[in-house]
Amino acid sequence: MTASKTPTSGAGQPAPEVGFTQRARARLGLLTVVPTLTWWVIFLVLPIGLVLVTAFFKGAPYGEIIYEPGFGNLVRATDPLYLGVLWHSVVIATITTAICLVLGYPAAYFIATRPQARTRTVLLMLVILPFWTNFLIRTYAWIILLNREGVVNGILKRIGLIDEPLSLLYNDAAVVLGLVYGYLPLMILPLYAAIERINPQVLEAAADLGARPLRVLRTVVLPLIIPGVVAGVVFVFVPSLGNIPVPELLGGGRSEMIGNLINRQFLTTRDWPFGSMLVLLLLLILMGLLVLQSLVLRRNRKVRIDD
Amino acid sequence: MNRNIRKLAVATVIMLALAIVAACGGSDSAAPEQETGPVTLHVLTFNDYIPEDLAAEFKKKTGNDLEISYITSNEDGIAKITAAAPGTYDIVFLTSPFTQGLIAAGKVEPLDASKIPNLANLYPEASEVAYDPGNAHSIPYSWGTTGICYREDLVGDTVIDSWADLLTPDEALKGKITMLDEDRWLLEPALKLLGFSLNTTDPAELQQAVDLSIAAKATLLGYDAETFYSKLVSGEAVAVQGWDGWCNYGTAEDPRIKFVIPKEGSDLFVDTLVIPKGSTRMEATHQFMNFILETQNGQWVAENILYKVPNKGAMDALDPALLEQFPNMAIPPNLLLQQEALEDLGEGHAAFAEAASKVKAG
Amino acid sequence: MTNRGRNPLLVVYMGALLAFLYLPIAILIVLSFNDSKLAMVWRGFSLRWYEELMHDGDMLTSIRNTLVIALIATLISVVFGTLLAFGLERHTRSAALENGVYLPLMIPDVVTGIGLLSFFTAITFPLGTGSVIIAHSVWGIAFAAAIVRTRLRGFDRAVEEASLDLGMREVPTFLRITLPIIWPGIVAAALVVFTLSIDEFIIAYFTAGQTVTFPIQVYSMIRFGVTPEINAVATIMLLFSMVLILTAYLFARPRPGRRSADAEEPTT
Repeated sequence: MTASKTPTSGAGQPAPEVGFTQRARARLGLLTVVPTLTWWVIFLVLPIGLVLVTAFFKGAPYGEIIYEPGFGNLVRATDPLYLGVLWHSVVIATITTAICLVLGYPAAYFIATRPQARTRTVLLMLVILPFWTNFLIRTYAWIILLNREGVVNGILKRIGLIDEPLSLLYNDAAVVLGLVYGYLPLMILPLYAAIERINPQVLEAAADLGARPLRVLRTVVLPLIIPGVVAGVVFVFVPSLGNIPVPELLGGGRSEMIGNLINRQFLTTRDWPFGSMLVLLLLLILMGLLVLQSLVLRRNRKVRIDD
Repeated sequence: MNRNIRKLAVATVIMLALAIVAACGGSDSAAPEQETGPVTLHVLTFNDYIPEDLAAEFKKKTGNDLEISYITSNEDGIAKITAAAPGTYDIVFLTSPFTQGLIAAGKVEPLDASKIPNLANLYPEASEVAYDPGNAHSIPYSWGTTGICYREDLVGDTVIDSWADLLTPDEALKGKITMLDEDRWLLEPALKLLGFSLNTTDPAELQQAVDLSIAAKATLLGYDAETFYSKLVSGEAVAVQGWDGWCNYGTAEDPRIKFVIPKEGSDLFVDTLVIPKGSTRMEATHQFMNFILETQNGQWVAENILYKVPNKGAMDALDPALLEQFPNMAIPPNLLLQQEALEDLGEGHAAFAEAASKVKAG
Repeated sequence: MTNRGRNPLLVVYMGALLAFLYLPIAILIVLSFNDSKLAMVWRGFSLRWYEELMHDGDMLTSIRNTLVIALIATLISVVFGTLLAFGLERHTRSAALENGVYLPLMIPDVVTGIGLLSFFTAITFPLGTGSVIIAHSVWGIAFAAAIVRTRLRGFDRAVEEASLDLGMREVPTFLRITLPIIWPGIVAAALVVFTLSIDEFIIAYFTAGQTVTFPIQVYSMIRFGVTPEINAVATIMLLFSMVLILTAYLFARPRPGRRSADAEEPTT
């Protein structure tokens, strides 16, 4: 990193005031960004590009790839069963995100409105800490709690509420529960950051000027927290949608999500081209989400300016 | 504060430096070993599938070491052989249809029978097999069949004797059934109940099996190809589709766990040992195969993993008490061979895999 | 500020939420000291699962692999990430770059994992420790850059300018003036990336080949049945992560006077 004596390229950067520091800056600027961008082009852009290309080839038994371009995998992927898995994944991820939002907002609000900075910090740390325990171990904790011989059934039986253990595990509800438990902190953090930025005086000023509470909420509060909501939604939705271990461990492999289907194509069936096509579809869904996100944010900015 | 920061910085740098050294030292520079003196054989096998002290025993006998890695399924095994550089693995455990496919693809070293005199210990039937006639490329390690493994005390009045007991279960069994989710076994209950071959690639037949399997998912606890016997022990499941040997693991913990071959018939699988193309340790690999086929070792393997071995001497030497405790160990070869042998599907592989994929997706 | 913060309902709610977050983990910790194999049977206090853990060779190997991977991936991430943070904060005003930097964090792990698996296979790069290190550095850089940037923002540029004006070259200035000031941010970034790398499962699952990392080991243990050994691992990991993260927090804490708003948001 210290070998900055001979910059590889300074061309195309006509600096008008050629002061020493400025030129040094431009040189440094390039040196700071180029290594990472190169790294990312090689190990992120190229690999994903490769997957997108592979999606249009053909798989053969024992995992070989036949390099004849075509749309066979796309046709296969539109089988109602596979589209059903995609839809199922979107539904599960959406429910998870919605629950996180509903559970997370009051918590974020509560933390952000503590008058003392110290209390805020401690509460925030408390919310984040579980997140740093291994995700699989946290998932496993729910198997211990929910299985037929598990803690919840044991307690219910002991207090006489049930005679026969309930089947709490291996269904969609358990999957959603596991995802909510895993990703809730990712919703609370950005919500907290957004709420904390609202200056209470703004609210009071609006009220003093005669705005009714609902109007305050719509025109003053909402536009300010929408960016936090959008960030939280993306942070929870993305890892939920592509999750592999939770549907497998808590869902019992009975209701697959898109991640499991992809995993199966790559590591079990070894039909990489078809798996790649499924990755492509997953990416399309996420691009839709990003477009939605920027639309919401743009409209939000407009609301703030209009009112 | 500042001094503390500096101290931590120094500590971090030292840690990082150590890590790099460790990494450089750790990247095992596997120079091709000459086969003079003891060598290390790299073995790829299933979890819980070889006796724990097998390596020590082999070392005692031949001076050679075993380095064992695990695979979670046959597909996983094929994937690992294909992905690895030739010579990475010396011995791989695979089930017969996969062995057949790998042989057909030319990815297996032929065996030198003169170096494996213990082949003579096998049941004659174990050499007359379709997947590898005459054991030219593989030796059989164990064989068995798939059936229903169930808790006698929890199934109520239901007589468990048919794949229908899993696919369209009685009230007492609903939600307490698991099935295998490896492609070749996933469709087995449906195919057999419908009276089709386990090796079918006929689209119409597969579709019927897919529909039946998907309908059965509603009464399933889940898919489980790894811990089905512990789910029986805990009572989470009461009837599961399982391999005979692993069902015995359950019986060992709870004698109320029984095994039955459904009346519609089942499959015959043979788990084999092959040498993937490119192994440079041909002497030691043959030694290992011969070692496995010794009567005494075969008996020891059977007692340890509770799967039947195709080694007549070994099976005859088994303690009658063991056969009493694990009745499926006493299934004679002729009954075993009546089950349908799983075969490599060749070109039909894609259609079959797609069908299995659909069941999981449905 | 009339009745804000005194809503008893919210206090109860917050308590319930924290209980939801901590109870499952607390139960694991308690069970890790249970002599019995069954969750619902307390057979007395015992350290047998910890003892079993100490003798579990596969587990120890996986922990060693994970530590090696995390350390090197952290080193790469922090070096590249710090440079990147510097460039973004000081040298570019490109909106595309600003947004692009967070892209690696937006891509689902399964896509990154599959992409790298295909790529490494295509160029016949051996799967193992090295490939996981590269895979983890891909998102590690993005995290490190984001964290170091928060520190760079509260930085008094005059000190740097003075040094440059006094004729010191840019690189020595960076090393002697800038680096010591932003150092806590770098340490915090290192700790966060390190913790995330130890925890990461999906990408490692696809790119590790035969190498078993700690999360992969835990995954197969869970798949092959419930064993209290996992509870013991969970307890140790929890303590370890807490120490790391608290340390990171102490380092990254903005200096007094600023409101802390930029807690960094990780993804798994």
